[in-house]
Amino acid sequence: MAVYPATDITEIKKILEHVVDPEIPVLTIADLGILRKVEWEGEQLLVTITPTYSGCPAMKMIEEEIYSKLKQEGYENVVVKSVLSPAWTTDWLSPEGRNKLEEYGIAPPLHASADKKILLGTNKHVRCPRCKSENTEMKSQFGSTACKALYVCRDCKEPFDYFKCL
Amino acid sequence: MTKQEALFEYLLRIGDNSLIIGHRMGEWCGHGPILEQDIALINIALDHIGQARNWLQLACTVEGKGRTEDDLAYLRDAYDFRNVLLCEQPNGHWGDTLVRGFLFDTFNYEFTKAMTQSSNSDMADIAQKSLKEISYHKNYSCDWMIRLGDGTEESHEKMQHALENLWKYSGELFRMDEVDEMMIQEGIGVDLNEIKKEWDKTVNETLEEATLKRPEDGWMQKGGKKGVHTEYLGYILAEMQFLPRAYPDAKW
Repeated sequence: MAVYPATDITEIKKILEHVVDPEIPVLTIADLGILRKVEWEGEQLLVTITPTYSGCPAMKMIEEEIYSKLKQEGYENVVVKSVLSPAWTTDWLSPEGRNKLEEYGIAPPLHASADKKILLGTNKHVRCPRCKSENTEMKSQFGSTACKALYVCRDCKEPFDYFKCL
Repeated sequence: MTKQEALFEYLLRIGDNSLIIGHRMGEWCGHGPILEQDIALINIALDHIGQARNWLQLACTVEGKGRTEDDLAYLRDAYDFRNVLLCEQPNGHWGDTLVRGFLFDTFNYEFTKAMTQSSNSDMADIAQKSLKEISYHKNYSCDWMIRLGDGTEESHEKMQHALENLWKYSGELFRMDEVDEMMIQEGIGVDLNEIKKEWDKTVNETLEEATLKRPEDGWMQKGGKKGVHTEYLGYILAEMQFLPRAYPDAKW
């Protein structure tokens, strides 16, 4: 029987709190809802993650980070599995995640992703993370990464990223 | 043809469409008319490549010969690719790229939506994941058709011309053969006649708003789904496959 520092899943999840999205380093994979499950399968630790976007280039790095962080803490027999279903949605962003995003200068996604209006880009109530004005304008549905749209604030004139609904 | 062979073919068709149009859009990187649109096209290209990866990975699993999605992308020759001819057409000017994207994205949206109901759960899962992304592609394409179609005299003319040039590649999107029929029978595939109605509706509505005239259906080019391609695919592969072929052990 292998000896682990702790077999308690909550403890292991604490270790994984140090794994962040390389493109938005204020968010942990748990904040983002990328981390789906941590479980023991016999002596093997199975970590299940899901990509935000099909082509998200951060997934490989996140996977490597999970291995390396767990290894540092003494977990050798680890498998990271990536699943597509259920498909990731911005609804899975944690409340802390949303706050951290806004503090970081990225407007968090508005409501449930089911809202067609947002998907169509016709919702006008994205709040500027800097001056909190809702008088903002979408410049492009596609921003600096797959998960962001490009906005500009009409009041403080600053451009900012909006974490778009998916 | 066994069911397994048909499924492999079918997955190649879906995956290769994404891979090749994704590569084409990636060619715009650094060449977009303005920064925002450069970024937008590359975002869409990335979605396509990500989706291609999922479809081709599944194709490899179905094939069961130990190939990977990279082998399929980088080590097949043109006649083994199964994408429709539309996807490999050159970027041309901005309007040509947008019209190609419009014809494909509106199709891809209906196709992927129908695919979420597939009896093959792996395929339904990939479709579900992709559909959200493709909704954005479709909206983007339709917005630009309207903006430039109903824009200046020059932009209108260029869009109408691009539409007429590319229309002959739209027929292949909905052409079915024995592979499609086997897949429909199994409850795996999509009946392209069914989604054609929705496609027609979207295309007609968008073109009307864009003040563009829908070209008459005339001679339709075909062949890509069977591996018979236009000369353009060879050039795409020459660029896309150069590195892994010249340096087979190259690591990122």
